[in-house]
Formats: sequence, structure tokens, C-alpha cells
Amino acid sequence: MENRSPYIVNAPSVSIIMLKVLLALIPGIALYVLVFGLGVIINILLASLTVILTESVILALRKLPIKPFILDGSGLVTAWLLALSIPSIAPWWIIVLGTLLCIIFGKHLYGGLGYNLFNPAMVGYAILLISFPSIMTHWQIPTNLMANHINWLDQISIIFNSNVFPKETLDAMSSATPLDYIKTQLTLHQPLNMIQQDKIFGFIGGRGLELINLGYLAGGLYLLKEKIISWHLPVAFLSTLFLTALIFHIAAPDTYASPLFHIMSGGSILCAFFIITDPVSAPTTPKGKIYFAAGIALLVFIIRIFGGYPEGIAFAVLLFNICVPLIDSLTQPRVFGHK
Amino acid sequence: MQLKNIFKFNGGVHPDENKIISTRLPIAKLAIPKKLVLPLRQHVGHVAKVKVKPGDQVLKGQIIAEADGNISAAIHAPTSGKILKISEEVLPHPSGLPDFCIIIEPDFKDTWIEKKPIAWKKLDKTQLIEALSQSGIVGLGGAVFPSHMKLKTNQNQTINTLVINAAECEPFITCDDMLMRERADEIIQGSLIAQTILGAEKCVVGIEDNKIEAYEALKKAAQKTLVEIKVVPTLYPSGDAKRLIFLLMGIEVPKEKRSVDLGIQVFNVATVAAIYRYLEFGEPSISRIVTITGAVKTPQNYEVLFGTPLSELIKTAGGSLNKQKKFIMGGPMMGFDLPSIDVPVTKAMNCVIESSPELFPAPKPVMPCIRCARCADACPVNLQPQELYWFSKSSQLEKAREYNLFDCIECGCCTYVCPSNIPLVQFYRYAKSEIIAQDKSKEAANTARERNEFRLARIEREKKERAERHAQKALGAQDKQAEEEKKSTIAAAMERVKQNQQENIKN
Repeated sequence: MENRSPYIVNAPSVSIIMLKVLLALIPGIALYVLVFGLGVIINILLASLTVILTESVILALRKLPIKPFILDGSGLVTAWLLALSIPSIAPWWIIVLGTLLCIIFGKHLYGGLGYNLFNPAMVGYAILLISFPSIMTHWQIPTNLMANHINWLDQISIIFNSNVFPKETLDAMSSATPLDYIKTQLTLHQPLNMIQQDKIFGFIGGRGLELINLGYLAGGLYLLKEKIISWHLPVAFLSTLFLTALIFHIAAPDTYASPLFHIMSGGSILCAFFIITDPVSAPTTPKGKIYFAAGIALLVFIIRIFGGYPEGIAFAVLLFNICVPLIDSLTQPRVFGHK
Repeated sequence: MQLKNIFKFNGGVHPDENKIISTRLPIAKLAIPKKLVLPLRQHVGHVAKVKVKPGDQVLKGQIIAEADGNISAAIHAPTSGKILKISEEVLPHPSGLPDFCIIIEPDFKDTWIEKKPIAWKKLDKTQLIEALSQSGIVGLGGAVFPSHMKLKTNQNQTINTLVINAAECEPFITCDDMLMRERADEIIQGSLIAQTILGAEKCVVGIEDNKIEAYEALKKAAQKTLVEIKVVPTLYPSGDAKRLIFLLMGIEVPKEKRSVDLGIQVFNVATVAAIYRYLEFGEPSISRIVTITGAVKTPQNYEVLFGTPLSELIKTAGGSLNKQKKFIMGGPMMGFDLPSIDVPVTKAMNCVIESSPELFPAPKPVMPCIRCARCADACPVNLQPQELYWFSKSSQLEKAREYNLFDCIECGCCTYVCPSNIPLVQFYRYAKSEIIAQDKSKEAANTARERNEFRLARIEREKKERAERHAQKALGAQDKQAEEEKKSTIAAAMERVKQNQQENIKN
């Protein structure tokens, strides 16, 4: 006779965990809409639809039950994270293609939920960034900064058919991100404090962007409180990024932006609480999590400052995903009663 | 109740206690049943040797099977009556396999054999241990290790602390709780006896902070003694001996060592109470307190004679006698499904829970592991259950061993917190049994290989000797032959000795 104990369990299901992650993204998304309009919602809807359809087909092909693996919600988390990572006025096929890449190459080719070596959202993002660098680096400026105010209907039409507007209008409503802008301006030997006078800069980071990051931060704290993520990852990531930036900033304040700017710019907050916290592709040991997150932060900084791309999160995460088995095996905690 | 100087171990879980339901009523005595079924193996170690035959009349407390060697325990008649037969019966064991039992038909007179209380205050350690070796007392916390063996210490072993395990951390189980409430004196007296025998300087009782009445009772009973009653947090599995020692003393029993190696011995409350009753009143181990709880009408604790068919207990508690109903022995974290309600109550049976879909819903569908490491956070041994699962599932048994699979105590905390509903402990049980089986077959193969090598060497040697003898015969020196033969025999013998020695060195 089989011994089935324990007979009782008390755990949130995978679906509940993923649902809470989606919930934690809501404040950031709401602020996103407030600052940039409804474009991001269109992207999220497109991504969600793509993920559900694609996964259903793949699961059917793999002869796996469709309902539990759609309802586990992990696909939606990937889709939403990708939608939040791409420019909100990117053409519709960018998010659809990106989501397909995430789900096919990031997730199911490795065996689906639980088996992916790489963070699926970052796989899709990295391929998009390499393949369509221009689209992927043209970010919309906050709607209140636009000379010609555009309404949400205009945004939708841009996403589905960019030809409806003359190119000049499109150029006028998009710009580089603050990280990108600093990088290009520094090559023109502008001092940093001059560069940061531009209208795209806000109090700490990018105008509007910093607000969205605060939204992500609120969501991240909620995940910590709910014990969906452990503190090791965000704390190690943010503190390493902060300290590294601080050292450079103190050494040469004219060239290197303040540590707070690095924290509140680009995808730092999203990365700290939502991306590197994907449990499947992150280490499981407490120490391992710290090394992993600190390593990513260091690499993010290096890519931002010395690399060819304005933002380095996707590449840093993917590179460290490869190291996870090694990190785990080298950071095994001491077992009770062992030396 | 204050938690003071407690050392918290990693993880642990706090399931719904479900203890109150069975503590509302005092301990009741279960009536003598029509038939008693006494398994010969109710303890760890050698099977007891039968001392009766069918047809014999026995008295209550009479030895019907005696301990076979040191690691064994005697079995006494729980009441007076007639030996019906000795036969194979189904036992309360996860294997569900039948084993030999003595069947007694009670005469309902309940006549005691002459009780022989032992003047324990006057006897020395060796005499007490000798006396207790006849008591049939085994660890009543569930480990059922013969208690007199745990009181024995060899010369270079000193015990400085006696820990009394009163944690009772599993949900539903309340037999120790009720015993402490009602017979705290016996527990404290028993603890003092055990402490004296062990020569321990200190005696600490560790009790979870959810048993206030029991704590008060112990505190009162221990008033004029040096027994310390220490409260530990209600956190499963605080009752695991190594975890309890850590909670109380901050000492981790090292891997592959036992607590006695560090001068700490652990007894369960019911065991020390039994020791006291045996010495003070001459009553051997013939009954125990059993919690019957769960879906039965009136959950309660009963003092039950060993050998009583479980169905009697279930009936008395208003439980279902439907054969389809499931009953769990032990708690919901580490218990197991009983093979039948006809099994007898044994020394190991602390609790029986009538299962119901409301209490223990069917397991939800298993999802893939998402490596969330909640299991690692919950593991009281600080293992990495998600890695062990991966290795067990993919039959990487060496890897599983390397990741300390055998340190797993199968407490079930990992399964309890798993969002993917993976029955982790079952994977570990499987991997452990596979590794043990492999080790055994490897050992058997090694022995066979050694034997074969030895055999080949012997054949070779004999061939050589024969050849030498033939050669000498052919030489034909008749008179010298006898002498030569003698010499060669001696030489061959010497050679053999040499070879044997080499063989021994090799081994």
C-alpha cells in the first residue's frame, strides 16, 4: 500500500501566484496609461490574445491538457511583461511576433512551464531588439509634452497602421529614452547636467517614466508582502545597481548619472521585482539569488554605460540565466547537522 | 507560557491544529473486546519469542512472548483469558502485510497476575534496566524502540541531559496532551526515574505552546523537582527529536550521529509514564492512550488494551464501520492509510483519524515544479527539496544522495506548501528505497565476485599442487619420496597461510 501522507496541503496554486503577479502590475499599468495614453493597453490585449491562442495550439500539438496550462497564468505574465517592455506605439505585429517568440522559443521548446532555462519574456524582447532596433528604441513621449495632442483613437490607429500619420508627426511624438539620450549626447561631449535639462527628464529619471516606476515599485512591495517573491532578488539587484552607479557618479559626476537615476530609469524596477523574480529561470538558494541578482545589476550597468545598447536588462538576465544551474550547485545551504 | 531561550530551526509549518475536537472529553477506558490480536512484532528489533500455546489460560500482565535478545520487547497478556491460536493477521502497517499474532479470548474476569512492584528507589541502574527489559515498554511516541535499551549507556558514554518530548506537533493527535493533563505526576515521576538511571544532570520537558492545560499540569507536578518545563513554539515538526533538541538547547545533532553521542537522550511523555507505572505498580505495557478523531461522532482519547480490534474503538467513538471508509493511523502529516479496520491496536498506534473528503480533500492535479523554493523555505532540515525532486524524478539517484536525500525526515512540510501539488515526499521515499535496493544488490554482487575470485584461486592452487605431486612421483626416488612429500605438504600449507594472509590484507 502506498503511503500518501501528508494528507493536508496549504499552498496557493500556481494560478493564484501568477494572478497576484498580474495584479501587482496593475498600478504601474494604470500610471502608464495616465502618462502615455491607451497604447499600452492595446499591446497588453494583443499579447494576451496571442499567448492564449499560441499556447492552446502548442499544448494541443504536445497533447497536453489545455485548460490547466492556460489557467496557470504563467503565459499571461510573460505576455504582460513583454507588452510593458516594448514602446507603446510600436506597430501591432511587434508585440504579436514578440509574444510568439517568447512562448515558442522561450517556453515550449524547453518543455513549457517549469522547464524554461531562460526568462521567456526576455527571450522575446532580446530577439525583437536585435531584429528591429529602430522600432524598439523609439518611445512615445508623454502625451502632455506633445505639441499636437493626440487622443487614444489616434494611438490605436498608429499601432495598427502607422501610415495614417505623416512621418513628421510620428517623429514629433517619439524620442529616445533618457538612458539612450544621455548615451548619444555624451558622445557629443555634452556635460551631463546640460543633457539632463532636456524636457524628457523628470525629477529623478525620465519624465513620466519615473512615475510608472513608482507604480511598479508599489506592485513589487505587494509581491514581497504576499511572499510571492523573496527579498533577496530585488534587494541585491537594486543595491548593487545603486552602489555601482554611486561609485562612478562620485568619481565623475559629469559623465555618470546619479545612482537614483539608474534605479528610476529604464526597466530597473520592473527587472528587480518582476523579471529576475521568475522562479523557473532564477536560482533557488538564498545565496544564489543574491549572486544572480547582483551579477545582473552589474552587467546592466556595464551595458548601459559601456555597451552598444542604451538598456541592458534583457541581455544581462539571459546571460545570468545560463549560470543558474552553476550558481545553485555552488550555493547549497548548510543542511541541518552538517558542517 | 513564555517562549524563552528557544532556538528556531529553519522552516516548519503550522497546519490547522484540529486538536480541540478530541480534548473536550477526558480519557475513557475502552471495554475489553471479545478477541485480542497481539502481533509479535510491535517494536523495533527482534520478534518476541512465543511462550504460550493454544489452549493455555493466561492472566492479565502475564508474559506471553518474551524479548528475544536485547533489542526486543516482551508482550504481555492485556487481560486474562485463553490463548485461541497463533496465526497471521493483517497489521496496522503501511505495507498492509500480515504477520504472526497471538490471539487471546478474554474471560472478562480481568484477573491480574501477581503484580510485582519494584522498589526502584533501592535498586541500582543495572538492576532497574534488567527489570525494565521485562516490561514490554517501547517508545510510545511512535518509534517503538525498546525503552530499556535507551536507558543503557556504555562506559564511555555519559548522558547529561534527558529531554522529555511533549511537543506532540502533529495536528489531530492529542493522546500525549490528555495524558499530561490527567497524569502529569506519573510523567514527572517517570522522568525522574529515567534521569536517575541515565545519570543525567538535567531533565527538560519540551512542550508546544498550544497545550496550556497540559503545561500547567506538568508545571504543578514538577514543582518540587528540578525538572524544567520549557515551552516551544507550535511549529510542526517540533516533535521530531533532533528538531526538539535544537529548539531546547540550540544543539544540532550532527549528520550520522545520534543524540546520545552528544550526551542527550530523548523519551516521549507516555513512555516515561509507562516506566513509572511498571516500577511503582508492577504493571507492564498492556495498554496505551489512543486518540480517535476526525470524522467520528465523538472524537476522544481512550485507554485501549493492546490487541483490541480497531473496529471496537471506532464503534465506541461513533465512527463509520463502512469498509469503504478510510482511516489514517498517526497524524495527517506523516500518517498512513490503514489497510483495514480489523487491525489490532498496537504499541505504535497513537492516533486514528477517520478520513472524510471535507477533512482531507483528494489531491489536486499535479503541475510542473516552478522552482519557487517554498519547499526549501519550509524544510526543517534545510534541504533543497526542489532539487531532490528533480533528481528523484529523473532517477539521478547518486545526485539525490549527494544532495543529502537521506537527511530527509519525510515530515511532509515540502508537500504541504507546494503550489504545484507535487507529492514530494513520495518521490523521496521512492528514491530512498531505490538507492537502498541498489546498494544491497551492489553489495551482493561484490560478495559474489569475491567468492568467485577466491574459488578460482583455490582451483588454480590445487591444480599446481597436484602437478607438483605428479612430477615428484615421476622422479621415482622411493625412499626420499615420503620425506619430500612431507616437505611439500608443509610448504603448501605455509603457502596457503601466506596466501590467506594476503587475502586478508586485501580484504
